[in-house]
Amino acid sequence: MDLQHLSIKVFAERPETIDLSNFTGVFNSWIQRRVADELLIDVADYSHVFAGPGVILIGHEANYSLDNAGRRLGLLYNRKAKVEGTTHERLRQAARAALLACQRLEKEQALKFSGQEMRVIVNDRLIAPNTDETFTSLAPEFKSFFDTLYRGAEYLLNPTPDPRERLTVNVRAASRFDVETLLRNLS
Amino acid sequence: MKASNPFWREQLIDQIEPELAREIDIYETEIELRKQGKIDEKLFAETRLRRGAYGQRYDNGQRWDGQETQILQYPSTELTKGPNTVWDAPGMQRIKIPFGGLNARQLEVMADLAEEYSDGIAHVTTRQDFQLHFISIDDTPALMRRLAAVGITTREACGNSVRNVTACPYSGICGDEAFDVTPYAHALSQFLNGHPDTQDFGRKFKIAFSGCKDKGCGLVNMHDLGAIAVRRIETGVEKRGFELYVGGGLGSVPHQAKLFDTFLPEEELLPTSQAIARVFARLGEKKNRNRARIKFLVAQLGLEEFKRLVLEERALLPPDPEWTAFLNDLHAHDEQPLRPAASLNGAARPEGFDRWARTNIFRQKQSRYVTVTVTLPLGDATGTQLRGLADIARRCTRETIRTTVEQNIVLRWVSEADLPEVYAALKALGLEQPGAGTILDVTSCPGTDTCKLGIASSRGLAGELRIRLAEKSHTLDEAIQDLRIKVSGCFNSCGQHHVADLGFYGVSRHSGGYTVPYFQVVLGGQWTENAGSFGLAMGAIPSKNIPEVVERLTGRYVSERLKGESFQAFIKRIGKVEIKKMLDDLTRLPPHDQDASFYSDWGDTREFTIGDMGVGECAGEVVSRVEFDLAAAEREVFEAQVLLDKGEAQKAGEMAYASMVQAAKALVKEQFYDVPDDTDRIVSEFRTRFYDTQLFWDPFAGGKFGHYLLRAHDKHAEPATHEVARQRIEEAQLVVEAAYSCYGRMQAAKPPVKVKA
Ligand code: SF4
Repeated sequence: MDLQHLSIKVFAERPETIDLSNFTGVFNSWIQRRVADELLIDVADYSHVFAGPGVILIGHEANYSLDNAGRRLGLLYNRKAKVEGTTHERLRQAARAALLACQRLEKEQALKFSGQEMRVIVNDRLIAPNTDETFTSLAPEFKSFFDTLYRGAEYLLNPTPDPRERLTVNVRAASRFDVETLLRNLS
Repeated sequence: MKASNPFWREQLIDQIEPELAREIDIYETEIELRKQGKIDEKLFAETRLRRGAYGQRYDNGQRWDGQETQILQYPSTELTKGPNTVWDAPGMQRIKIPFGGLNARQLEVMADLAEEYSDGIAHVTTRQDFQLHFISIDDTPALMRRLAAVGITTREACGNSVRNVTACPYSGICGDEAFDVTPYAHALSQFLNGHPDTQDFGRKFKIAFSGCKDKGCGLVNMHDLGAIAVRRIETGVEKRGFELYVGGGLGSVPHQAKLFDTFLPEEELLPTSQAIARVFARLGEKKNRNRARIKFLVAQLGLEEFKRLVLEERALLPPDPEWTAFLNDLHAHDEQPLRPAASLNGAARPEGFDRWARTNIFRQKQSRYVTVTVTLPLGDATGTQLRGLADIARRCTRETIRTTVEQNIVLRWVSEADLPEVYAALKALGLEQPGAGTILDVTSCPGTDTCKLGIASSRGLAGELRIRLAEKSHTLDEAIQDLRIKVSGCFNSCGQHHVADLGFYGVSRHSGGYTVPYFQVVLGGQWTENAGSFGLAMGAIPSKNIPEVVERLTGRYVSERLKGESFQAFIKRIGKVEIKKMLDDLTRLPPHDQDASFYSDWGDTREFTIGDMGVGECAGEVVSRVEFDLAAAEREVFEAQVLLDKGEAQKAGEMAYASMVQAAKALVKEQFYDVPDDTDRIVSEFRTRFYDTQLFWDPFAGGKFGHYLLRAHDKHAEPATHEVARQRIEEAQLVVEAAYSCYGRMQAAKPPVKVKA
């Protein structure tokens, strides 16, 4: 399975203190400063939508957003362009990009993200339909990646059941991890 | 670009109507040809527009970031998808939903597409369409196939074509209607979609249906063609027909539609619309797009002359069984409830229910059934919300869903007894906001968020007004509850500000070396009576002062209105001078160093600029029918080459021959529009009109290219070897080129079209 279009969400701590309306400015400043090695294009504000995509920094290769899907605020990295390499490498690419964005937000906006919990979404229903079979076939790849990320700590992989959803796997480690540690684990 | 794009065709081929499947294949080939530089960018732009693939702000590869204009370094440096439109820049996909009608599966597909190809949001427009933003042009064929597999087409969603046919969302269930206009809207939409007579317009053409005249949610008066349902007794028999209107429209110069016929019998609806399309295609302005809508043609000719020409055209139309076929099946669109009719009967109501029910419930003429309006803030919904709505529609109705021109979704045929259940389900989705159709339900076009023509942020302003009005919704005086606020990002009026009580459209002003976002205030438009009258512009006010404008005007209306006086009447009574006076201080702009917030727009921290505006694609490029047909012939030559490469010589030869006939037909139609779709007849007409007259002859090569076609016609049935097929392909290419040249000569020799002043 040529798994592409991987999205990774890292959840924010104390989301009730975060005012989404500030983030159109924050993301626009990322465009101004060209902070990523990807092409950043525009900012879309959907903070008026219930449990929606929040504020999105639209890019060519990927979108970054402070995403509120499921009413759980977090930084979502949504990869659009293809990534070469193995599934492990693609997961690593997406996770690293998401964590670097979290790191930037922690430094610049005093946000705090918890690395203990993450969500992986495969944004392509044809390549990866949300079925038990897909999950079973991908689980070893996911395990291999999260073994690296959590450096042997215990964690659980939980797929979401609705077959209409994109393949979505929630990952929860038994212990706390911060963004810096996870970035170190990936390096 | 999605990794799965190449696989959707095979996956869905059995689920797509063959004609539509073929169209999408052709579109995909056109994308390929454009990438190879074999289609001109203007032609490709109009091609994609006619498939609903629209440009989006910053697709010229530049964006003002608040400090400087950044060049967006897309990988596709040279390739364009239209003039000044970078290939890799994200675009918008418009999806036509005739009369707004959808089923649950279609809603789910919309959800899937929003998540996989867009930014997670599906947007309902002011014309009952859906729009998806930030779409890659490379993904559009797959996206279209997925829509086609559930019976949705994007054909002619943009460009100079017949746009989505709209209708009241309460058709069939409203006690005020003469009859259900749904089957008529559906039939006309099907009939004109892709019809040869609608391919040569100088501008877009919008159609609307309304079930009644007085309430008139169909907004007939502001459409190019509008039909209001009417019943009439003729010799003791009740007949159905339409009050037909033409030449209405908003845009920068709004026109009220003119009454074309007080009673157009139902069987005349399709042929008369066809005749109108023909007259518009023939005489409508083509060069100056600012005067190319049919309203200008009607105004220029005068209604009587326009009508005479249409009736003359109508008399000449070759009969078409499709004109009346749908009348035998008028009840195909009848809807049934899923659950039995039952009243609430004092059942427990969840908190918030009563307030919601006051504004979001429409009582159907069918006793104890209601239509529920689901308010979508700014027309936006997530995939999860759409799937949730699909679930409710399946559980409580027979999937009777419609979009509305107020950017909402309605669920029809809900049994009253089920309302608490529906409310609770909506609440779980965050879609239980009350205030549908009231002052809280502010509508807006996309404006500067995504539209290339946007001047000021209509969505930003609309969002701000929604928040402020919602905060005090409990204390809002009843008198202003039912006022409507509509916002457009520029004078083009996609937000329909002319028919709002309080309308606004984006403009800009220069001050102290800065450009500043302003909104023109347009007051006193009328939504009812089918957009009965248009509002008047009262002057421009800095964008950041608009909420205060709303506050003052509504406040004054509450305190000074006469008994039973409407907002329109109130505005008229107090007069423009007085209104100007009361808003005068709000027109003043503080200097930048005193309050810099005025120098950026709502929801946008960047210092304001109009430098980001692009060239609009609302109208698309004006590409004639002949050019389209010749491009299709050219594409067939390409397809013939592909077949030959695959070793299919026979098929390649036939395709090459078909391309020559296609080119010949394109030219013949210039002289004999209704030439039958019969190869012998086309070739014979071509011979008489173009070959024998030497019109097709090349100034240097003489009749050689015409001869290729005539010879191919004689020999095409013979088996083709690889060599024969290759030669025929080469000849076909020359025939198509000669057809282009011939058309160019014909155009140059044509006297300008004159219409009566
Ligand atoms: S009104 Fe203007 S800004 Fe709004 S969608 Fe139309 S063209 Fe764009």
